Amino acid sequence: MNQYALWAIYKTEMARTFRTLLQSIVSPVISTSLYFVVFGAAIGSRIQEVNGIAYGAFIVPGLIMLSLLTQSVANASFGIYFPKFTGTIFELLSAPVSYLEIVIAYVGAAATKSIVLGLIILITASLFVPLHIEHPFWMVAFLVLTALTFSLFGFIIGIWANGFEQLQVVPLLIITPLTFLGGSFYSIDMLPPAWRTISLFNPVVYLVSGFRWSFFGHADVGVGISLAATLGFLVVCLAIVGWIFRTGYRLKN
Amino acid sequence: MQSVISISGVSKTYASGFKALEDINLEIRRGEIFALLGPNGAGKTTLISIICGIVNRTAGTVLVDGHDIGRDYRTTRSLIGLVPQELTADMWETVFNACAYSRGLFGKSANPGYIEKVLRDLSLWDKRDAKSRQLSGGMKRRLLIAKALAHEPRILFLDEPTAGVDVELRHDLWEMVRRLRDDGVTIILTTHYIEEAEQMADRIGIINGGKIILVEDKAELMRKLGRKQLVLELRETLSELPSQLDRYKLERSEDGKRLTYIYDTKAERPGIASLLRDLDAAGIGFRDLDTEQSSLEDIFVGLLREKQ
Ligand SMILES: Nc1ncnc2c1ncn2[C@@H]1O[C@H](COP(=O)(O)OP(=O)(O)O)[C@@H](O)[C@H]1O
Ligand SMILES: [Mg+2]
Repeated sequence: MNQYALWAIYKTEMARTFRTLLQSIVSPVISTSLYFVVFGAAIGSRIQEVNGIAYGAFIVPGLIMLSLLTQSVANASFGIYFPKFTGTIFELLSAPVSYLEIVIAYVGAAATKSIVLGLIILITASLFVPLHIEHPFWMVAFLVLTALTFSLFGFIIGIWANGFEQLQVVPLLIITPLTFLGGSFYSIDMLPPAWRTISLFNPVVYLVSGFRWSFFGHADVGVGISLAATLGFLVVCLAIVGWIFRTGYRLKN
Repeated sequence: MQSVISISGVSKTYASGFKALEDINLEIRRGEIFALLGPNGAGKTTLISIICGIVNRTAGTVLVDGHDIGRDYRTTRSLIGLVPQELTADMWETVFNACAYSRGLFGKSANPGYIEKVLRDLSLWDKRDAKSRQLSGGMKRRLLIAKALAHEPRILFLDEPTAGVDVELRHDLWEMVRRLRDDGVTIILTTHYIEEAEQMADRIGIINGGKIILVEDKAELMRKLGRKQLVLELRETLSELPSQLDRYKLERSEDGKRLTYIYDTKAERPGIASLLRDLDAAGIGFRDLDTEQSSLEDIFVGLLREKQ
């Protein structure tokens, strides 16, 4: 293990965040507050409760997931795309580091950032609504697992992307819609049966549901299934990353 | 002497289908300065990139200090420092941190004292807190060199190090190269400036169209392939060359006072002795004569023409 390299990459990636500290912390706090105003206050005044949970509290896990997914993908994809774009990636490729070390350092840094972000949102939310976390261990587990999985997914997008447009397109066209339609702001039980069935093909449904269960002890789909789906996606991403590095796809050919 | 780099049968076909290297065989000797000389697009950067692990090879093997670059990549890559052709650096990173990052990336524990020394040697110490984007082109080049040296490599690749570089940096660069060579570092540089190879290198490899055309000691190369030029200052103005001298393909100067004869020392064309005899027979006298070794430039151009 080249721990010096791991640390060098991780530190540099984290430093990039601190350079934009204001943007990284203030903007999620502001947008979370806005969501609370719009969804919590405006809609919440009509929908009192969902599954016995106050609507304001009900949307907190979904809100955190929304930011966690988009930020993980954005951070990780940008983190590896940028050196590719500027050409500095030559140094990484010529260094005595294994693929695994590269992935751990980049994905670890991106995941760290989004976990911190998730916690900031959680704290902000707790200023608006009283929050009680039923299963703290599982809450953290889902947080970390999701951050890692989607950072890995972002890493793959960053390597695949050949331009800034492609870098934006996946988060914009896939992640955001899936998250909004993934029961972040509603329970899929509230949907007509046909739409509920369709929703079950949306992987974000399982993430949000599992995460919400860790807060309130109530889930749209079984927690075991949520966990299995998340782990399954993680394994798929790992396999793709392994393939990328074995073949040198878009890096070394 | 064991080669420090041993390249055998290396080929590269890019994903686009373009064949950039074909069956490259090359040995780099420990401690030498080797110049890889070739026009743009010859495959110099591709070959370096393969040795450093930036580009996958399609076929062949490369050993660095006896270790396979695939199986033993950690060992081989720790030995190598690379200064790339393009000026690329993290724009937001300070000079000092950029070097510390490179050192860590190559698996060395932090050593601020060593990085200070490298930066001082490259006149970058004053700029240690400057961000890369604030540096001029020449300073960026120095930074890339400092980054390549930050992990104390035993082999240094310089890919077109003097392209677009001012005189001062060029001078500093050659100073540094000599110093590193004295420390036993093997240096491989690519260039299409022939004077550079001529000035600096111990050995020269010529590459064109993805093939190594020739590898030779510089002096040997000059001796074997060096063509000479004989200039005769005539005693009387010559208005026309007599036809019996046709086979020498002499060049008559505008004013008719000078004749130039190009011959190669391999002596495949008629020698000077017979030329002088024939001149005498034709009644052409000369006051003075002068011979000149052709530059590497001439050799290079001649070689490429020959191969086409
Ligand atoms: N990534 C790539 N994909 C396809 N062709 C490439 C790629 N990189 C370089 N080439 C081609 O390979 C040839 C050799 O390039 P290069 O090794 O950069 O030459 P040099 O460094 O001698 O100028 C050139 O014709 C170049 O266009
Ligand atoms: Mg080149």
